[in-house]
Amino acid sequence: MTEYNFAYLDEQTKRMIRRAILKGLAIPGYQVPFASREMPMPYGWGTGGVQVSAAVLTPSDTFKVIDQGADDTTNAVSIRTFFQRTAGVATTTATSDATVIQTRHRIPEEPLHEGQILVYQVPIPEPLRFLEPRESETRKMHSLEEYGLMHVKLYEDISRHGHIATSYAYPVKVEGRYVMDPSPIPKFDNAKLGDMAAIQLFGAGREQRIYALPPYTQVVSLDFEDHPFEASKADHLCGMCGANDSYLDELIIDDLGGRMFVCSDTDYCEARQAAGHKGKDAA
Amino acid sequence: MTPLLSVQGITKRYGAHIGCADVSFDLYPGEVMGIVGESGSGKSTLLNCMAGHLIPDAGQVVFDTRTDGPRDTITMSEPERRMLGRTDWAFVHQHARDGLRMGVSAGGNVGERLMAVGERNYGDIRDKATDWLGRVEIDATRVDDRPTTFSGGMQQRLQIARNLVTGPRLVFMDEPTGGLDVSVQARLLDLLRGLVRDMGLSAIIVTHDLAVVRLLADRLMVMKSGRVVEAGLTDQVLDDPQHAYSQLLVSSVLQV
Amino acid sequence: MYVAVKGGERAIENAHAWLAEERRGNTDVAELSIAQIREQLSLAVNRVMAEGSLYDPDLAALAIKQARGDMIEAIFLIRAYRTTLPRFGASEPVDTGIMACDRRISATFKDLPGGQVLGPTFDYTHRLLDFKLAADGDVPKAPSRDAETGTVPHVTEFLNREGLIEEAPHNDTPPPDLTREPLEMPADRALRLQALTRADEGFTLGLAYSTQRGYGRNHAFVGELRIGSVPVEMDIPELGFAVEIGEVTLTECETVNQFTGSKTEPPQFTRGYGLVFGQTERKAISMALVDRALRWEELGEDNVGAPAQDAEFVLYHADNIQATGFLEHIKLPHYVDFQSELELVRKLRREAGAQQVQEAAE
Repeated sequence: MTEYNFAYLDEQTKRMIRRAILKGLAIPGYQVPFASREMPMPYGWGTGGVQVSAAVLTPSDTFKVIDQGADDTTNAVSIRTFFQRTAGVATTTATSDATVIQTRHRIPEEPLHEGQILVYQVPIPEPLRFLEPRESETRKMHSLEEYGLMHVKLYEDISRHGHIATSYAYPVKVEGRYVMDPSPIPKFDNAKLGDMAAIQLFGAGREQRIYALPPYTQVVSLDFEDHPFEASKADHLCGMCGANDSYLDELIIDDLGGRMFVCSDTDYCEARQAAGHKGKDAA
Repeated sequence: MTPLLSVQGITKRYGAHIGCADVSFDLYPGEVMGIVGESGSGKSTLLNCMAGHLIPDAGQVVFDTRTDGPRDTITMSEPERRMLGRTDWAFVHQHARDGLRMGVSAGGNVGERLMAVGERNYGDIRDKATDWLGRVEIDATRVDDRPTTFSGGMQQRLQIARNLVTGPRLVFMDEPTGGLDVSVQARLLDLLRGLVRDMGLSAIIVTHDLAVVRLLADRLMVMKSGRVVEAGLTDQVLDDPQHAYSQLLVSSVLQV
Repeated sequence: MYVAVKGGERAIENAHAWLAEERRGNTDVAELSIAQIREQLSLAVNRVMAEGSLYDPDLAALAIKQARGDMIEAIFLIRAYRTTLPRFGASEPVDTGIMACDRRISATFKDLPGGQVLGPTFDYTHRLLDFKLAADGDVPKAPSRDAETGTVPHVTEFLNREGLIEEAPHNDTPPPDLTREPLEMPADRALRLQALTRADEGFTLGLAYSTQRGYGRNHAFVGELRIGSVPVEMDIPELGFAVEIGEVTLTECETVNQFTGSKTEPPQFTRGYGLVFGQTERKAISMALVDRALRWEELGEDNVGAPAQDAEFVLYHADNIQATGFLEHIKLPHYVDFQSELELVRKLRREAGAQQVQEAAE
C-alpha cells in the first residue's frame, strides 16, 4: 500500500485531527467537533479511534490494539493489520512495550506509564444523548453545565432497581466541569480513568467528535452520597491465571451450561501464566 | 422597600404586529399580580418576556437577586438566567406536559430541580420529593409512578410541586387552571392559595379566568391589544372597572 | 481443560479468500467487465456516483463489481477512496441553464419554451418482464433528431418574472463543505442540500413520501425536471480565467410548492430543490420535497413535528455509510459490556428473589 500516505491519512487531515486533539487536551472532557473522514472500515468499527491513532502515530511508535481486552479478536487484528500495512509501525501485544494502544471497550489491567497514549474507540460520545436526542440542545446543556438531567437518570435507576443500573459507559465528571462518556468500558474500568499517567484520547468517527484526558486528570464517576459508585466485576478468580483483580469474561464451555471465568485482558493473563500463576481451569 | 421585580417598558413586536407594548409595573415581595385579558391580548407574550423565554425588543426586567441585588435579567448572561430559572424563579405551564418530564417518575420530576442545584443524597432528595407530593395532595405511594398515569389535576399539582421544591421567590404561572374541570380547578386554586400564603410567594399569574385572579391576586392588570388598559387592586378593578374594556370583561362573566 | 480461542488473523484471511471466490461465482460463466457494468448497469453506476460523492463512472462500476452488486458497499468503497484524493480546488458553480438536456419535463405547464422532452425514461413503459432481454439480441436504433443548442430557461424563471414564486436571490458565499468540516446544527440550506444530494436514496424517498402523505405536507408540483450534461469549469490561477475541464451528467428537480403569505408578503409559491449526479430522478425529486419540508422555519410555517421537518433527524440519519456502519457494528464482539450487564441483572434478580422470599415468610 505504498500509494497511501504514512498511516493512511494525508498530512493536512492529520494536522486537522491533531488540532482537535490539542484542543481536547486543553479542555479535558469537552467534545471537540472534527471533520471525520471516511475510512476504509465501516463507521462504528473504530473509525474515530483509527483516525486519532493515525494522527498521533510516528514511525518509531510501537502499536497495540485490543478489542474487549484481547489482542486477537477479529476487529483488533483488522485494525492492527491496517496500521502495519499503512504505517509500517512495530506492533506488540505487551501493554508495557506499546507507545500507542488503541482500545475498544477496555482499559488494560496493567497500569499505563507516562509517555503512553491510550486511544479509545467511541460509538456515542454524548453522555446525555439518551436523555436528550438533540445535539443542539445537549451542546447547550454542556456549555451551561446543566447536568441535573443526568442525575435524574441515576435517581430513576435507584428508585426502580435499588441500584444505579448502568454497568458500562458509566458517565463521569472531568475536573469538576464536563460530564463525559468514557466509551463503553465496563464500570470496573472507571476507577482507572482518573489520575492516569498516560494520555487518554477518545475518537468518535461517525459522530465527528474527539475528546481527551491529559495525564493525571481528576475523573469522578457520577453517583449519590448514599449510593456511591462501585466498580464491579464477576466475583470469581480467573480460571487460567488465578487473578482476583482483573475484569473477567464468562465463557460457556459445554452443552450443559458449564462456565468458566477468564481475564478479558489477554496480555495480562498470559503474562501472569508465564510468571507461573495458575488458575483452577488451567492445563 | 425594593421591588422584587421591576418591569420597565417591555415591548415585543412580531413583525408589524404588536405582541405587547410599553408595559411597566413593580411587584413587591409576597405580592401576587394577576394579568387578565382575552386571548391575543399579549398577556402570554408579556409573561414569556419576563420569564426569559422570549427576548423583548425593548425594556428591562429587573429582579432583586439574592447575591447582587437588582439586576436586569434580559441583559444577564444565559447561564445566569438559567440558574435563576432553576433556583429563585419557577414557571408553571398551562399544560402540565410542557412542564413535566412525562417519562420520569413523580419523585424524579420533583427531585430534578434539587439535583440541578447540586443535591447529591438520594435519600434526602427522595424524602423532599415525597414531602412535596404530600403538600400538593398526591399520595406518597405514587412517588415512583410516571405522570402519564396521573389525572390532569394531579399532573398540574405535580408540576407545581416540581417548581416549588427549591423554594423559589417568584413564580410565573400561565393559565394554571386552564384545561381542567371546574371541580378540579377549585381544588387547585385552593391549594395554590394555601401555598402562596404559607410560603410567602410572589407570583405573576396570567389568565383569562377572572375567578382565578379574584381568589389569588392582590393586584390586577387588564390587557388589550398588547397594552395595559387598567391596573389596580383586584377587588377595585373587578368591582368598579373604569375602562370600557374592563367593564366588558367583568360583565361578560358570572360574578363569583 | 480450556483452550482460548485464537487465530482471528487466519480466520479473516480465509474469509476474504472465500469472499473473492463467491464474488467471481461460477467460472463457467463469463466474467463481467467494468465496461459492461458502466454501459449496461448505468443507473446503478449513477447512484454509486451520487451517494459516493465522486463523479467517475469507471470507478463506480469497479466498486459495484467489487461489492458484488451491494450498492451501499459500493458507495462505501467510493467514499473511502474519495477521502484519499488530493484536492486541487473547487469548480465554478455549474449552470444548469445551459444543460444539454436528454430529458426535460414540467408538470405545471403543458408547453413551454424549450419544449417537453421525455428522454430515456421508464415512465409509460408497461412493467412487463421482457423475455427478449433474456436472450441475446440487438436493439433497434432509436429515432433521433438534431440536438437543440442554446440555453433552456427554467420554468421557475417564468413564475419569478410575475412575482408568483419566492425570489431565490443570487448568493456568492462559498457553501460549507460537509466532507471537510464537521456537520453542526443548525445547518443552513446550502449545507442541508449538500447532505441531501449524497443521502441514501431509500431514506430520502421514504421521507419525501411521508410529506405527501401528510407528515409535513407541502403540496409539491414538479415545476421542472431536467437531466443532461453540463460543462464543469475551473478557475486556473496561473491563467487567471476559468477553463472547461469536463462534463458531468446531472439531474435537477425544481418543485413549485404551496404558497405562503403574510401581512407583509402577498401569497406566492415556494421552492424545493434537488440536484444529483447522474440520471437519478427519483432521488432528485425526493430531495426537492425534503428540502422544501426542511424550510418550514425560514418560511414561517408551523413545525407540525413531522420527521421530514426535523433537520437534525434528517441530516444525522440520511447518510447510508454512517448508518450501515453503526448498524452493523453490533455484530462486533461486545463480551465485555454484555458481561457487565449479566452481572447486574443477576445481582438485581438475586435481590428481587431474596425480597420475595422474605415477603413470603412475613
